[in-house]
Amino acid sequence: MSLDFAYCWRMLQENWPMFWYGIKVTISFAIVGTLGGLIIGLIVGAIRGLPEDPLDNPIKKGIIKFFQAIASFYIWVFRGTPMMVQALFIYYLLRPVFHWEPIMAGMIIISINTGAYMAEIVRSGIQSIDRGQVEAAKSLGMSNFQTMMHIILPQAIKNTFPSIGNQLIVNIKDSCMLNVIAVTELYFQATSVAGTQYRYIEIYFVTAILYLILTTLATWLLNVAEKKINKTNTITIKDHCA
Amino acid sequence: MEHIIDIEHLQKHFGDLNVLHDVDFKVEKGEVVTIIGSSGSGKSTLLRCINLLEIPDGGEIRYKGSNILDAKMDKGDYRSKVLMVFQSFNLFNNLNVIENCMIGQIKVLKRSKEEAKKIAMERLKQVGMQEFANADSTKLSGGQKQRVAIARALCMDPEVLLFDEPTSALDPEMVGDVLAVMQDLAKQGLTMVIVTHEMQFAKDVSDRVIFMDKGVIAEQGTPKQIFENPQQERTKQFLSRFAAR
Repeated sequence: MSLDFAYCWRMLQENWPMFWYGIKVTISFAIVGTLGGLIIGLIVGAIRGLPEDPLDNPIKKGIIKFFQAIASFYIWVFRGTPMMVQALFIYYLLRPVFHWEPIMAGMIIISINTGAYMAEIVRSGIQSIDRGQVEAAKSLGMSNFQTMMHIILPQAIKNTFPSIGNQLIVNIKDSCMLNVIAVTELYFQATSVAGTQYRYIEIYFVTAILYLILTTLATWLLNVAEKKINKTNTITIKDHCA
Repeated sequence: MEHIIDIEHLQKHFGDLNVLHDVDFKVEKGEVVTIIGSSGSGKSTLLRCINLLEIPDGGEIRYKGSNILDAKMDKGDYRSKVLMVFQSFNLFNNLNVIENCMIGQIKVLKRSKEEAKKIAMERLKQVGMQEFANADSTKLSGGQKQRVAIARALCMDPEVLLFDEPTSALDPEMVGDVLAVMQDLAKQGLTMVIVTHEMQFAKDVSDRVIFMDKGVIAEQGTPKQIFENPQQERTKQFLSRFAAR
């Protein structure tokens, strides 16, 4: 067992363009996956968490039930299978249709995968909100949709911000699974370097350190953001009063 | 006299528990009605049925002659005319004081932001909370929250205001502030239905007092009749518990 630090440093410098490119791709995937996943999660989570309104007519109730069933199915499948398998399956399945590049396919796959987790986070956020908030909105005459958009979701997002932020950390690391469809993220780049140098221990040590730096930076940024959000009580889904 | 709310044969049960049996209840325009009775007598449920937060299992609720349980009735429109003030205030935690008063006006009444703001300021002034317009609604005291909640309801130009034990969650020294606001509204001729445990307030402010017991209206009449000369044994018993305190 040996780890040559001097070699690590030299190797990193020599192959920096490869690593730097991988870092940029990894960061892009983490951000796109988290934001894309959040958007999907808000929609799916809101559908799943929609309060039942006994005043709705049977047709409307049926439509809501139908969408809720689809939402549950989506979460069941995408939370219950590995992203690596999802990536391979979806990429090859749809390649003849979309003729897509790995980057494009990867961004969509990571978003869909993250969306399944986000949907559950959003739903738990919705459930944590006091019933009185919904009753007050209804009592003013607001529709279910208005209540969801202006009262429930803004509070749910705020309450679950730490969990939402956690998905960014997860995505920094899990984007490495997309190497199977040749997305040139950090792990893929490291493997390429390893393929020419045959110094696995040093190369993956450096790779681990680089991931650790990325996740540490992300954690720090999320902490700053969380403090800011907690200071301003009024977070809003873009100008609710306009 | 026109009945603004006319309830007939109202029934509500939760599982096996019968909360309301066959309640008939009418409110005239400009009338202040207080509902008293012990916990579990069905008074809050009655109020929540009027606001459609609970859906009755039987009977009719007519608002200005039309049945609000009719599928064709616009529930949002109805609710924005017959509003509820809650025991636990239920100010929107994600909005500040003035935004709490604006959102219903903008989203339901489709008023412009400027108009909504102007009306919100007037109503906040009416309840003595104008200085707190930009305050964080979660940082107010209970009494302040309830006054904002009343202002929020007033912003909708309600036909009827329903109060569900509005002072029960308040510290004793805050109760007076809220009751003063309500007394003021009563004087202005607003139609109000109030569920309360404040007997002195019920005596002072009501045109009519309703005593509910075990899901039925046991007795009703002017405050004088109910408090000074109750006819029913159970009304006497209920009131004697308050007098003894």
